[in-house]
Amino acid sequence: MNSYEWLETILFFVVLLALVKPLGAFMAKVYQGERTFLSPVLVPCENLVYRLCGVKRDEEMGWQRYAWAMVLFNLVLFAALFAMLMLQHLLPLNPQKVPAFGWQLALNTAISFVTNTNWQAYSGETAASYFTQMVGLAVHNFVSAATGMAVVIALIRGFARRRTSLLGNFWVDMTRGTLYILLPISVVGALFLVSQGVIQNFGDYKTVPLVQAVTYDKPKLDAKGNALKDAKGNPVTESVTAKEVTIPMGPVASQEVIKELGTNGGGFFNANSAHPFENPTPLSHYFEILLILLIPGALTYTFGVMVGNTRQGWALLGVMLFIALLSFGVLQGVEASGNPLLAKLGVQGANLEGKELRFSLPGTNLFEVATTGTSCGAVTAMHDSLTPLGGMIPLSLILLGEVVFGGVGSGLYTMLAFAVIAVFVSGLMIGRTPEYLGKKIEVREMWMSMVTILAAGVVVLITSGIAMITPAAVSSMSNPGAHGLSQVLYAFASMANNNGSAFAGLNANVDFFNLLGSLAMTVGRYLPAVAVLAMAGSLAGKKYVPPSLGTLPTDKAPFAIWLTLVILIVGALTFFPALALGPIVEHLTMLGGN
Amino acid sequence: MSKHSAEPISMFDARIMGPALIESFKKLDPRELWRNPVMLCVEIASIITLVTFVRSLTGANLEPAWFTGLVSAWLWLTVIFSTFAEALAEGRGKARAASLRKSRTEVSAQRLKKPEFGSPAETVPAESLRKGDYILVEAPATIAGDGDVVAGAALVNESAVTGESAPVIRESGGDRSAVTGGTEVIANAIIVRITANPGETFLDRMISLIEGAKRRKTPNEVALEVLLIALTLVFLLVCINISPLSVYSVKAAGHGTPVSLTILVALFVCLAPTTIAALLPAIGIAGMDRLFQKNVIALSGRAIEAAGDVNVLLLDKTGTITLGNREAVEFVPVGGHTEKELAEAALIASLSDETPEGRSVVALARKKHGLTLDSLPAGAENVAFSADTRLSGVDTGGTKYRKGAADSTIAFVKALGASAIPANLSDVVDRIARGGATPLVVSRDAEIFGVINLKDIVKAGIQERFLQLRSMGIKTVMITGDNPLTAAAIAAEAQVDDFLAQAKPEDKLKLIKEYQENGFMVAMTGDGTNDAPALAQADVAVAMNTGTQPAREAANIIDLDSNPTKLLDIVEVGKQILMTRGNLTTFSISNDIAKYFAIIPAMLLSIYPQLGVLNVMHLATPMSAILSAVIFNAVIIPMLVPLALKGTKFRPMPAEKLLIHNLLLYGVGGMIAPFIGIKAIDLAVGLFA
Repeated sequence: MNSYEWLETILFFVVLLALVKPLGAFMAKVYQGERTFLSPVLVPCENLVYRLCGVKRDEEMGWQRYAWAMVLFNLVLFAALFAMLMLQHLLPLNPQKVPAFGWQLALNTAISFVTNTNWQAYSGETAASYFTQMVGLAVHNFVSAATGMAVVIALIRGFARRRTSLLGNFWVDMTRGTLYILLPISVVGALFLVSQGVIQNFGDYKTVPLVQAVTYDKPKLDAKGNALKDAKGNPVTESVTAKEVTIPMGPVASQEVIKELGTNGGGFFNANSAHPFENPTPLSHYFEILLILLIPGALTYTFGVMVGNTRQGWALLGVMLFIALLSFGVLQGVEASGNPLLAKLGVQGANLEGKELRFSLPGTNLFEVATTGTSCGAVTAMHDSLTPLGGMIPLSLILLGEVVFGGVGSGLYTMLAFAVIAVFVSGLMIGRTPEYLGKKIEVREMWMSMVTILAAGVVVLITSGIAMITPAAVSSMSNPGAHGLSQVLYAFASMANNNGSAFAGLNANVDFFNLLGSLAMTVGRYLPAVAVLAMAGSLAGKKYVPPSLGTLPTDKAPFAIWLTLVILIVGALTFFPALALGPIVEHLTMLGGN
Repeated sequence: MSKHSAEPISMFDARIMGPALIESFKKLDPRELWRNPVMLCVEIASIITLVTFVRSLTGANLEPAWFTGLVSAWLWLTVIFSTFAEALAEGRGKARAASLRKSRTEVSAQRLKKPEFGSPAETVPAESLRKGDYILVEAPATIAGDGDVVAGAALVNESAVTGESAPVIRESGGDRSAVTGGTEVIANAIIVRITANPGETFLDRMISLIEGAKRRKTPNEVALEVLLIALTLVFLLVCINISPLSVYSVKAAGHGTPVSLTILVALFVCLAPTTIAALLPAIGIAGMDRLFQKNVIALSGRAIEAAGDVNVLLLDKTGTITLGNREAVEFVPVGGHTEKELAEAALIASLSDETPEGRSVVALARKKHGLTLDSLPAGAENVAFSADTRLSGVDTGGTKYRKGAADSTIAFVKALGASAIPANLSDVVDRIARGGATPLVVSRDAEIFGVINLKDIVKAGIQERFLQLRSMGIKTVMITGDNPLTAAAIAAEAQVDDFLAQAKPEDKLKLIKEYQENGFMVAMTGDGTNDAPALAQADVAVAMNTGTQPAREAANIIDLDSNPTKLLDIVEVGKQILMTRGNLTTFSISNDIAKYFAIIPAMLLSIYPQLGVLNVMHLATPMSAILSAVIFNAVIIPMLVPLALKGTKFRPMPAEKLLIHNLLLYGVGGMIAPFIGIKAIDLAVGLFA
């Protein structure tokens, strides 16, 4: 890294950390129903929503009601999006006359957006109308993010409250989260992105003549769209000369900002944040990384405020920041040193394959760490093209359970579940029945925490195992062997952990991935969320145990280090064999000169 | 302090090892093993490898039979080591229970019609006694059942229960009325009202507890099991997942063999937290047993663990902080009377007073003033203490001798027409009260003679114990029926943190509820019947064995030595149990890293030779690598049995320091130890290959 790259990286983290406290405190006010500087404008809107929907704002819910409201609301949203995708050709704002989705792809896409995954087995510019993008996908980007936040807020209330069964009102939390937090930041952010050159229009796709005609070989397809092969099995190609190019348009800025802010990751275009209309300048690039980490980072402060000790939040942020910096350091190190096989051929320097060269190497790597450490999944580089060890970083960040900042809401609640496990074991080690934030950790909390941290991992283990012996999955890999195994592992890791990024190189739009992936996304999202709410309900009912000399402080370095170790060890023990057969073998093979 | 007459039995005594070995095979029964799900999984794994071994013997195309056979043998040993550890922990308790049972042999009892000496008696076997029966026990005789002394006083040898050979006094009324079936009256006679039906007696409960028959898993144990079961499930899936992944890799690489069932099963057992799961039952049982060695009976494992969390300790003053009975130490005359006059009056007023305080007044008067009067003149009338007058004394020939609290005595003499109260009385009373003692004013008719200084004697060395408790974060609160002035003085002398004076039973209950409401874990020690409601409310309730039956029933821990500072030991054992569990869990999981490095390269080597780099221990062959990991995983269990039974050492230090210490020892140690162990075993295996 040169001095400029150091500067921009350091500056980025300074800005991020500076924003944690003000935004975190603001969000605490929002969820505690206090007045904020936006209240004069938004209170009338809020009241209107309650009146229209018949929400009794003071009526609090127990965990079961809260969970039912969450699940049913998501079910309705899923049904609406599924219908919209199936009926896309009949709906307005479709200048390109794109056809409807097939049911398998529609199912996968609807679940993917409802679960905050944004796994995209389609290309936005060729498969989705403006109506679908704005009314369907963008709305889900807001709502799925607000859902995650509502769940973590309920959990925080569980820690903060004493001897009650009530966790708050789901509808109020959803409304306030969207209205006070997601919408205002999105409006400001979208305007900023437009200022950088992100487009926002409903125009037809533009066809422009190329300055220089390009001639290239194109694979010949048969009537069904499959590649034709000659007698020797090599693809048949034909020479094509392109004189003009079609440039897709659309309401991009409004969707771009919530894509990152809500850690959704579903790009307007297939190239996602590598596309110049989604991410035009280095400034917009860092701005987008900031948007990804903003709410997950600030929620730790919100947590601290709501449980009455902001140091507790800083400790968790410290753990997240440490793993993020560690991952960034490794990724930067291996990508900057490049591929030894190419070095032998005289191609020195960093591995630049699959990277958007408009952005610096550290900038790109930072984006990849942010997007996989959170459950965002937006990309500016092809993860498939990273060096084997480099590619293992995004994969590992996903497999750790999306806690390195993590998804909006979901990251913090998974982190808190890890903290409960860490507290349990360390509490035993100092000879006390364990307690976290003054709440005793007992059988029920253990069950729910284990479900929360292990659900996605279990889904990955099962689905990737099934995939490796299913011909339909194996034939979808672009590179068979260890790399193909990584592709499949990444795909299911991404879906089960609701990340949504892809390793690329895998043809995911086949029934196998669409259907099994839908299941993985659903289980990976709702099983932990409901478990978290159940834990919140149980915690809220407990009395508070004041700390004494014998209590382990959970807001200091020793506990933070222990928590980090627990996260890393649980991840490593669960996925070491799979990683050994994927990226590790690939890396060793590369070192071996093959 | 007590001398234990019970013979201490080493846990590695042949008398325990032998039966434990037999027991450990009996425990292989899946119907018993299902209580320990992780080990049940290991047993199923052992069966699978055994079947594979038989198949490979009959010519199926599998790995060499010797390999599968050895893996299977070591997996079976893993299970047996675990059941053996549990049997060993139970063994010592069983030996103790057997000796207790002997003391129950064929006892007969003298059942009385009415609870009076001289009432007609019939001889019945102990088993036919029921609650509410009265029995006469005359020395020498064994008490036939649990009960309360309703008349008389006797010397009782309770060594059968406590291991304490010095006999104790049991008498009617007060806090020493409870007797335990199986103990022996060695002097005098008492009438006992039976309070427990046969089979429900203290001794019965003790035997069943010690034998572990009624042992239930504590909530904390169950929570830990949740962690272990969840991890086991994940590791099961990890191993299942390897199978298709290796099948695919073989196809892609074009050579090698998919990972075999035996190796997957071996990997699963190595990864599953078998070390802690195997020792978990033993840790809890051994903890109760360790307490028992200290003459403390815990009626539930939960109570011991709760003791580890206690942050407030309520101590009944009498008998716990102080020596129990107040003693007269001084006569202070007032209003021109001499000390001898006062002593005489006090002696007469106390002669028929059978309370320990009364006796101590008599003793002091004789010792200090050489008074020899030892019986009251004929016709003297005893005036017993009553709650109304709060006075006691004697009427002899029209002269009224009284002693009692200052205000009661003053009221009494005024009623008799006293013209003036000696001027210096209130000074004397105040001085004595401020000193933490009880002033007892003595009067003859309408004249006040002076004051007896009744002093509470604080037990020697109690201050150090409280200091230790404080350093562990436990606050001590003294509870007493004394007035606040007296209480404050004793509290200061004993160095307790706080006190509750003039406490009525409902006050104690209220105080405990208040503390609990604020999230404190409250322990209480008590012995009197009036302590029972508070004991029932406390999280940890320690009753003295000398205490009354209601107190013992309300408690969840009984101290056979009746030494209230035993709570320190109980807290320590409670913490040790939790720490041992936590440390072994961390150790067990840390071990997995080394096991991965042993097994993963070994099992994938045929597919990807380049994975040989991961064989950092340079284990000789894939088979010896896998075998070494399996053997290490098995032998670590018996190696840790002494630790599980003795518990990890408890050092009072701040929580953070303790965590770092244990993390370094069991976490980092747990990562390094298996690298060394597996390598050593691999070298040893190499000698035979």
